[in-house]
Amino acid sequence: MKTQNQKAWFFVLPVLVLVAFNALIPMMTVVNYSVQETFGDNLFFWEGLGWFEQILRSDRFHAALGRQFMFTGLILLIEIPLGVIIALSMPRSGFWVSICLVTMALPMLIPWNVVGAMWNIFTLPDIGLLGYLMNTTLGINYDMTQSPFAAWATIITMDVWHWTSLVVLLSYAGLVSIPDAYYQAAKIDGASPWKVFRYVQLPKMKQVLTIAILLRFMDSFNIYTEPFVLTGGGPGNSTTLLSIDLVKIALGQFDLGPAAAMSLIYFAITLLVSWLFYTLMTKDDQK
Amino acid sequence: MKKRALIPILYIAFLMLPIYWLVAMSFKTTNEILSGFSLFPQTFTLENYRVIFTDPTWYWGYINSILYVSINTVISVCVALPAAYAFSRYRFLGDKQLFFWLLTNRMAPAAVFALPFFQLYSAVGLFDTHLAVALAHCLFNIPLAVWILEGFMGGVPKELDETAYVDGYSFPRFFVTIFLPTIKAGVGVAAFFCFMFSWVELLLAKTLTAVQAKPIAATMTKTASSAGYELGLLAAAGTLTIIPGAIVIYFVRNYIAKGFALGRV
Repeated sequence: MKTQNQKAWFFVLPVLVLVAFNALIPMMTVVNYSVQETFGDNLFFWEGLGWFEQILRSDRFHAALGRQFMFTGLILLIEIPLGVIIALSMPRSGFWVSICLVTMALPMLIPWNVVGAMWNIFTLPDIGLLGYLMNTTLGINYDMTQSPFAAWATIITMDVWHWTSLVVLLSYAGLVSIPDAYYQAAKIDGASPWKVFRYVQLPKMKQVLTIAILLRFMDSFNIYTEPFVLTGGGPGNSTTLLSIDLVKIALGQFDLGPAAAMSLIYFAITLLVSWLFYTLMTKDDQK
Repeated sequence: MKKRALIPILYIAFLMLPIYWLVAMSFKTTNEILSGFSLFPQTFTLENYRVIFTDPTWYWGYINSILYVSINTVISVCVALPAAYAFSRYRFLGDKQLFFWLLTNRMAPAAVFALPFFQLYSAVGLFDTHLAVALAHCLFNIPLAVWILEGFMGGVPKELDETAYVDGYSFPRFFVTIFLPTIKAGVGVAAFFCFMFSWVELLLAKTLTAVQAKPIAATMTKTASSAGYELGLLAAAGTLTIIPGAIVIYFVRNYIAKGFALGRV
C-alpha cells in the first residue's frame, strides 16, 4: 500500500509550477477576454455573459460544432475497428514485428503541417499520385477544392492514415499481454474464432481501448493544423471544423471576446465528453 | 495464416504511399513536377536538398526545431521524474485530483491558447527564444511524461526502496544509482514521447517565434506562400522532417505501445 506522506508535495511542486504557469495564466486571460468587449487601443468594456449567449445561439457555431462531431464520430467509427482488425492479424513474434511497429508508427512522427502538405501534394488533381489515379486512370472527378464530398473524404482518409496506428499499437500491446494458456483453454473448449475474440481478446483489450478512444477523441476534437493546411476549411465552409473557425474569429477578425467565449465553451464540451466516455467505460471495473 | 498477413501488408502499403510520393517529388525538378505526372523522377536531382543545406534560413529552421525539442525533453523528463515517483509511492492531499488535472491539459485545444501564450511570453520577455517554445510545450509534455513514468514506476515493487533504505542508502543516492537504472526503459519512452509531441506540434511553436527561433515547419509554410509554388523544395524539406522521428523510433520500437498506453499495459 502507498504510505501517507504530505512531503511528497515537494516532489510534485516543479511540475505544478511549470504546468500552472502554462495552463492557468493563459486560461485566465481567455476568461478575462470572454466577458469584455474591445474596440482596440487596449480599451475594454464589461460585457458580462453576452458573448456566451451570442455564441451558443449563433448558427455559425452550431454548424461548426456539428461538423466537428461528424468528423470525430466518423474518425472513431473507422479507426477503432480498423485498428483492432489490423492488430489481430499482426504477427505475434519474430523479425516482422519490429518492422511492422516502426513503419506503422512513422506517420505519427511527422510534423502536423507536413502531414497536411504531404496530402496536399498527394491529392493534386493533375500531378498528385492519388489525384491522378482518381481523375485520369479511374475517371472519377476528384477535386478537393471543388467538391465538399471529396474534401471530406480526403480529410477523413488523412486522419485514418495519420492515427489508426495509435489504435493498432495499443490493441497490439493488449493482445500480446494475453497468456498462451487462455488460448489453449479456449481451444480445448472448442471456441470459434469469434468467441475467442469476444470472450478472451476483447476483455483483455478493454483498458487499452479505453485509452485509445479517449486519446483519439481528444486529439481529433482539437484537430487544427492538418485540415487547415490541406483544405483551409473549404470549399466554402464545408470543412471548417471548430478550431479552424475559432482561429478565424480570433486572429482573422480579431474578435477577442467572442473567440474567448467560444474557446471556453469548446474546452467545456471536450472535458464533458471525455469525462462521460471515461466514466462509462470504467463503470464496470468498480462493481 | 498467409491470408492473415495480407491485412498488415496492405495497411503498411497504404501508409507508405503518400510518404513515397513526398520523397519522389523531392528528387524532381520544379519543371518536371509542374509539367505533368510521372511515377518516378525522370531527371533525378539533388538540387532541392542542396538549397536546403546551403541556405541558412532553411537549415537554421532544423537547428531551431531540434534545439527547442531537446530543451523541452530534458525539462519535461527531469521535473516529471520526482513527481511520478511521488504519485506512485505516496498518498498525499489532493493527489488524485492533481493527477486528473494534469490530464485535462492535454484536452485544451492549442488554438485556444495561441493568443494568450503570445501575450504571456512577450510579457516575460521570452518571445522568439528557444526556451519559450520549450516551456510552452511543457503544457502537454509534462503531464504525458508524468503519466508514462508513473505507469512504469508502478511496476517496480516497493520492497526495492525499502531494502535500499535498510542498507543505508540516502534517498538521492538510492534514486540515482538504483531506481533510475531499474526504470530506464520508462525514462527512454517518456523522453521519446516528449520528443515526438514537441517535434510535431507547430501552432504554438509558430506563434511564439519570429526570426531567431523559428521552427522548420514554419519556414516551410512561409516558402509555400512567398516563393510561389516550389513543390520540390517543399517536398525535400518535408522529407527531412521525417528523418529524426524515424531514427528515434528505432530505439524504442519495443516499448512504443506501452508508452502510448501511458505505461499501463
